[in-house]
Amino acid sequence: MSAEPARTRLSLGRLATWDVGVVIVTVLTIVVAAGAVEHFGTTRNFGFLVLDLAPILLLALPMTLIIVTGEIDLSVASMVGLTSSLMGVLWNNGVPLETIMPVCVLVGAVLGAVNGFLVTGLGLPSLAVTIGTLALYRGLSFVLLGNTAVADFPRDHTAWAIGSIGESWLPNVVIPIVALVAVFVVVLHATPIGRSVYAAGANPTAAAFSGIAVGRLKFWLYVTSGTVAGLVGVFWTLRFSSARADNADGLELTVVAAVLLGGVSIFGGRGTLPGVVAGVVLLASLQNALRLADVSTEALTVVTGSLLIVSVLAPNLTSAIRSAAHRRRRPRPPDEPMHLLSPKRERTAS
Amino acid sequence: MSLLSPPAEEQSQTRTGSSRLDAVLRFRELGLVLALVALVAVTTSANSRFLSQQSIRDVLLATAITLLLACGMTMVVLTKGIDLSVGSVLGLSAFGTATLLSEYPSLPWPVAGLVGVALGAACGAVNGVVIAYGRVPALVATLGTLYVFRGIVYFWAGGSRVNAGDLPRDFLDFGTGRLLGVPYLFLIGVLVVLVVGQYLGRYRGGRDLYAIGSSEDAARLAGVAINRRLLQVYVASGALAGLGGVLHAARYGTVDASAGSGLELNVVAAVVVGGVAIFGGSGTVYGAALGALLLTVINNALPVLGIDQFWQRAIVGALIIAAIALDRLVAVRVGRSLRRKDSHVG
Amino acid sequence: MKTSRLPLRGRFAPVALGLTLALTLAACGGTTQDDADDEATAGGDEPAATADAGGEFETGLSIAMLPKSVNNPYFEASSTGAETAVGDLEGEYEYTGPSDTSASSQVSYINTLSQQAADVILLSANDPNALCSSLEQARAAGTSVVTFDSDVDPSCRDAFVSQVDGAEVGRTLIEMMSEQIGGEGQIAILSATANATNQNAWIAVIEDELANNPDYANMELVTTVYGDDEDEKSFQETQGLLQANPELKGIISPTTVGIAAAARYLQGSEYKGQIALTGLGTPNQMREFVKDETVTEFALWDPTALGELAAYAGAAVASGIITGAEGETFTAGELGEYTVGADGVIVLGPPTRFNAGNIDDFDF
Repeated sequence: MSAEPARTRLSLGRLATWDVGVVIVTVLTIVVAAGAVEHFGTTRNFGFLVLDLAPILLLALPMTLIIVTGEIDLSVASMVGLTSSLMGVLWNNGVPLETIMPVCVLVGAVLGAVNGFLVTGLGLPSLAVTIGTLALYRGLSFVLLGNTAVADFPRDHTAWAIGSIGESWLPNVVIPIVALVAVFVVVLHATPIGRSVYAAGANPTAAAFSGIAVGRLKFWLYVTSGTVAGLVGVFWTLRFSSARADNADGLELTVVAAVLLGGVSIFGGRGTLPGVVAGVVLLASLQNALRLADVSTEALTVVTGSLLIVSVLAPNLTSAIRSAAHRRRRPRPPDEPMHLLSPKRERTAS
Repeated sequence: MSLLSPPAEEQSQTRTGSSRLDAVLRFRELGLVLALVALVAVTTSANSRFLSQQSIRDVLLATAITLLLACGMTMVVLTKGIDLSVGSVLGLSAFGTATLLSEYPSLPWPVAGLVGVALGAACGAVNGVVIAYGRVPALVATLGTLYVFRGIVYFWAGGSRVNAGDLPRDFLDFGTGRLLGVPYLFLIGVLVVLVVGQYLGRYRGGRDLYAIGSSEDAARLAGVAINRRLLQVYVASGALAGLGGVLHAARYGTVDASAGSGLELNVVAAVVVGGVAIFGGSGTVYGAALGALLLTVINNALPVLGIDQFWQRAIVGALIIAAIALDRLVAVRVGRSLRRKDSHVG
Repeated sequence: MKTSRLPLRGRFAPVALGLTLALTLAACGGTTQDDADDEATAGGDEPAATADAGGEFETGLSIAMLPKSVNNPYFEASSTGAETAVGDLEGEYEYTGPSDTSASSQVSYINTLSQQAADVILLSANDPNALCSSLEQARAAGTSVVTFDSDVDPSCRDAFVSQVDGAEVGRTLIEMMSEQIGGEGQIAILSATANATNQNAWIAVIEDELANNPDYANMELVTTVYGDDEDEKSFQETQGLLQANPELKGIISPTTVGIAAAARYLQGSEYKGQIALTGLGTPNQMREFVKDETVTEFALWDPTALGELAAYAGAAVASGIITGAEGETFTAGELGEYTVGADGVIVLGPPTRFNAGNIDDFDF
């Protein structure tokens, strides 16, 4: 498809540096923390680390694809909460767990489909839609379970959620994580679907002209996001052996922050999954290391926020400096309007 | 509509001066008023106490702070931006003002209030500089400062809390006091709405915001100083959040580091329900104010109607979606009718 | 969307759904709640270690306090007490925790403390069950776990330091209310969250007293609402209570956040002096409202002493003086001797009542 080479040409320098940069910073952070922070570099701690980052990483995968197409899904954490509540209610009503789990994942898919329909079917702005469903799904989650908690899930299942593979330190949850990351990386970076995702984000009109069903693509991305959220809802419930309406409250901001930190452009069309995975790992290891070093919670909050801003500000500043150098030779190109989401994003109406 | 036809919202977002379009826009505010009246009527028929003086005062008091933040948010959203940091800024200002007053009880409280507003404006200036000059998308920048400002409050406050007993009597009296039965806090909110409404409707600076939101390129070509306007807008939003923080401290009397957490989504909801287009260029602050009032009334009506409080969030969510879907519908219809007119002429 | 069809649906849908379904369908058989109940009763294990009654406290213990959230003056006061105790025991003290009151963030902190090989964790839990698995891992790694203020499932900790005897709190609250409204009329409760263990236990006692104690025969509990321990929510719920129940005579709020918010609302409304308000609050928070007669009397225990006792109990467990079995005793410094009750519960003492006469004697 046409957009792929265009993307590479437009932003190769900036993209490559940022992606590679995040990976390098992540590795450095882990190495430095292992040396400087007592108890950080142990296998047991890495096990904890993986458990902590699992929900964020899983949700970040479909979020990356959605943001690359120039949309956003702020309702992910609410979908996790709603499926978790549903799991509690069904369990209380004597439904076997083997039925509950696929039902929850399916319901997640349906919730995602609702988002997808509102965004692509009705052509509504995804930011507003998913702020709406953020409130709606969280509200329904409270309607289902109220302020009570369901906690009596069977031990062997909850033990699986926090257990390790055999005798190793690797938590069981690594298996679905690796599987899903592999699938998403292949789909985004090595298939026509992936190229359509970039094309839809880089220029939806051009993408439509080149025969990509942009709306349908986005619809299925939202379904995927909901499905993964349902899966995370099941995992979250088992991991904490507690189904609660407020599970994962506020997690959407962490997920978006991690994706953006990983070098995905909020305007769409740019970003890679290795960068995002590195972004998630970076955030989680920083938090883990700072906690082990007895640095206060407040510092964690400030660090997260600052990293997020710097991740966008730094490339902007470098490109500004670069274009200042260019300007001596060439007339200044018209500035791209850069606040909020892509301003010229064309909505499709049915 | 096919994918290739021009998006309808562009037409509705530009004020054409056509009376029909204005009618549609006014229709939104009328619709909100009708919804409010219906809701109040139903609730009152269920419990006549809902229209008692005390109850009305409660609603007005509860709306006051959201009103202020909704004004700031409207201005920001008009320029196609968003300010997610308002809850954190409110917390910072509330804690700052309360701490100042508890440490220097002899300080007249309006001075402390001004410090709170200035604190908010300073936070807004950080947002503005990063967004206007750093070219960082508003969503990203204010998501970042949401964390940063909240982190600063936590850092500052730690586990401490300012209690009502630590605050000067006259400051607390201001928080609950009223003029002719109307709470001072609500009067301030209404005053701000009117001022911002006039500014957006009648002044160059205000019209520039619509221009920027409709088409930034066109606005630049028309000579609008975009960066300066954006900076001003975020400073204004921050200052209003700061003022909100001062009022929060006066109203609740107890302030800790978590004051205003999660408020940003309520404010965005009020603005969206009030008919301000999330992609800029369209909407009024009066609509946003009505949106804020409607959401508060729903909040207060649910317990009176005996509806489980857990429904509240779900209803707010459904309202947001209904509001934007309605806007979309109106935009499509207006677009169609405009095209029909065009074809008659041409 | 009515543009050209690409085979996207055909390819993408199975990828999205098939994979995730496969993952969840991995297990088979039929596990329902009934099976799990059997399992739970089967696994009631008793502490295997034996107590070295009358033994000495070890020195150099690392003791960490993990509150529900760090931005809460109540826990700050508990921390002061714990720090004093740890100082007396010549140990190392740390106060750490999340800034939001969620169970999942507490899990991360438990893991961190366990990783740092803390000897004792003093925990006030945000959820009775969600923390259990990580607490078990911490205990397996040699950390003693003593809960205070808010308990977890008894099988996941060594001992629980309770602020007061639950029945005592409930009885004190209803007694204060009865005194203030003259023993008759409608009352309501403004609680914290609906699944808060403490509050629900106290409310159950209040309901029981109302039903069975002839002294309260003319009082009626009309409703219980939940302010979620948030100022604004509690404020609004108080408004709603008064509007929905015109005959209401009094409100009991067994939570420090709720009572302060309710008092602030009453202070600025026409109900001031008409509606009796009592419950659990800290003197510093409530001083203002007692002075202007919005509130007559309320109660609480001393959170500083609670933290101190928790630290001694934790050190006693880590030193092998107690194991959490019923009947064991230990000496908690100046607080005196305490006995472990059923289920490993150690009770601080009766609640203190605060009113205009004594409120200035307290500072917490």
